[in-house]
Amino acid sequence: MISSHALLTLPILVPLSGLALTTLLWRMPRLQRIASLVVSGMFLYSAIALINVTIDGTIPATQFGSWKAPFGISFVADNLTSAMVLITAIMSVVVALYHLTESKENSQPMFHPLYHGLLLGVTGAFMTGDIFNMYVWFEIMLIASFGLLVIEGTKEQLDAGVKYVMLNLVMTTVFLVAVAFLYGATGTLNMADLANRVPTIENTGLVSALALLFLLAFASKAALFPLFFWLPASYHAASTPILAIFAALLTKVGVYAIVRCFTLIFPVTESLAIIIGIIAVLTMVTGVLGAASHFDIRKILSFHIISQVGYMLVGVAISTPLALAGSVLYIVHHIVVKANLFLIGGVIRRKTGSYQLKEIGGLHRTAPFLAIMFCIPALSLAGFPPLSGFWAKYLVVKPSLDAGTWYLAATALIVGVLTLYSMLKIWNEAFWKTPKLPPPAQAPCVSFTAQYIAIAILSTITLCIGLNPEPFVTFSIEAANQLTNNSSYINAVLESSYAPH
Amino acid sequence: MGPIYIVAIGVMAAIAAYLLMSRNVLRMVLGLLLLGNVANLTIFVAGRMGPSLPPIIVDGQTTVAVSANPLPQALILTAIVISFSLIAFTVVLLNKTYQSLRTVDTEKMREAEPIESNSEFDIKQAK
Repeated sequence: MISSHALLTLPILVPLSGLALTTLLWRMPRLQRIASLVVSGMFLYSAIALINVTIDGTIPATQFGSWKAPFGISFVADNLTSAMVLITAIMSVVVALYHLTESKENSQPMFHPLYHGLLLGVTGAFMTGDIFNMYVWFEIMLIASFGLLVIEGTKEQLDAGVKYVMLNLVMTTVFLVAVAFLYGATGTLNMADLANRVPTIENTGLVSALALLFLLAFASKAALFPLFFWLPASYHAASTPILAIFAALLTKVGVYAIVRCFTLIFPVTESLAIIIGIIAVLTMVTGVLGAASHFDIRKILSFHIISQVGYMLVGVAISTPLALAGSVLYIVHHIVVKANLFLIGGVIRRKTGSYQLKEIGGLHRTAPFLAIMFCIPALSLAGFPPLSGFWAKYLVVKPSLDAGTWYLAATALIVGVLTLYSMLKIWNEAFWKTPKLPPPAQAPCVSFTAQYIAIAILSTITLCIGLNPEPFVTFSIEAANQLTNNSSYINAVLESSYAPH
Repeated sequence: MGPIYIVAIGVMAAIAAYLLMSRNVLRMVLGLLLLGNVANLTIFVAGRMGPSLPPIIVDGQTTVAVSANPLPQALILTAIVISFSLIAFTVVLLNKTYQSLRTVDTEKMREAEPIESNSEFDIKQAK
């Protein structure tokens, strides 16, 4: 039996060692790729070990440096955290696998160290139980993502990088200021301790102001309306594996922080619910309309990230256990589907030489397997039964009707139709129509094997969630119960101590 | 002392916001730098300003005497290191961007989002 200390530190230590190892293998690209994949596999193993413990409802927690909670930095994993770590680990394996046969132009030696740095920051942000520590993990994630975004140093990437860096740095500073104010008001930074202390603040205006500051900071990370501009301005400049891991993880860290913060520290009040609900509606609508106006695969999919984040927020706005379960399932479903679509986009680019829908076509003949693989995530994104998106959308729409917030349910359904429009647009243009120009001659030794395997794995996961939703829904509801009834989380943190075995 | 710090934070935040709204990326970096210091000062003031004695427990005692709050200082130290590295990265990025794009004006940086080529209509026009 592994101690909970080891259990909670391994998902951090593994990407950290991956960072070191791939840096050492700088000049050996083949070995570096394989090392990266092996470390990702170990990361997946540590995540499975973690979820094995948390799945029955126990919440492992540990303290660093022998400081008793709430004075030291806590690490804690409830069902939501362990699910997020597991899905991060699955993505890390899939993207590392996809990268195995990536073209030379897209494989810089810097990719792998930064990639593991990104995973490190993301996992840390999921697992920490300390709000200032979360800021530090955010910064680790950001600096890695800065490097990944401008890795090739093309004009397009540098331009996108400037905007991405500036907007994100300003918003993390807002997060830091919010942490400072929260510390000034409560005298603690431990999230479990904050959950106990914040309700005792008599000045309710101060609590609302703090809640909104945190919402502002996390909303820009999650690309919510009206703070999403950095995302469509920058994402499409990155190359495919990077784009897929960005799309899968970066905004979801923001969503996770919102879910954690607004169930644990600032329970959603009636007025806050209206604000979050309106933001969710506007995010869903602007994202999907932005996607409808573009003809570049990467830009269409980037705008869809924004739209989908709105769905995840609906659960937070309603805040019933079922609604939060909808958010949890939606995050998991979305990460798998969205990363898959970007990976498929990357293969389309390699096969046809362009991301522009106007310039390509006929892929249903030249790449029938890819066409089938595209259908699964595309229809899932639009919410077709029996795919994962249907169940995730069902768990978003049903609680919003139960709660009487019909406008949330109506927007979710209409945006679903518009999502289908965008997916059909990609299907018709890239796969169905005959291309205007013959596809460029390919280099003879181009291999797609690893990329197809990566795509197939993600499509299989989507099908699994879709055809057998029962365990996933049960798990999400249990995770949501832990979120709404947060005393078990608080007790787990405050009663744990560092006890090395 | 408290009110002076608070006014100083306000003035610094205002200057930072003004600089950040500039189109010149160099001014924006200075704004970011100033904004980072605004955050640091905010942490410092949020930790309450009291005596300036170091919080060291003297030999033979078990509790600390009236002393400064060490936690905000630890937080600020962390934040300074992080903001230093991020600003260093930003400056290198901007230098590289200037070498590549030959401009420091964000309005003229249109490589990632060219004005045309987005809509179907524009593509037809371009052809």
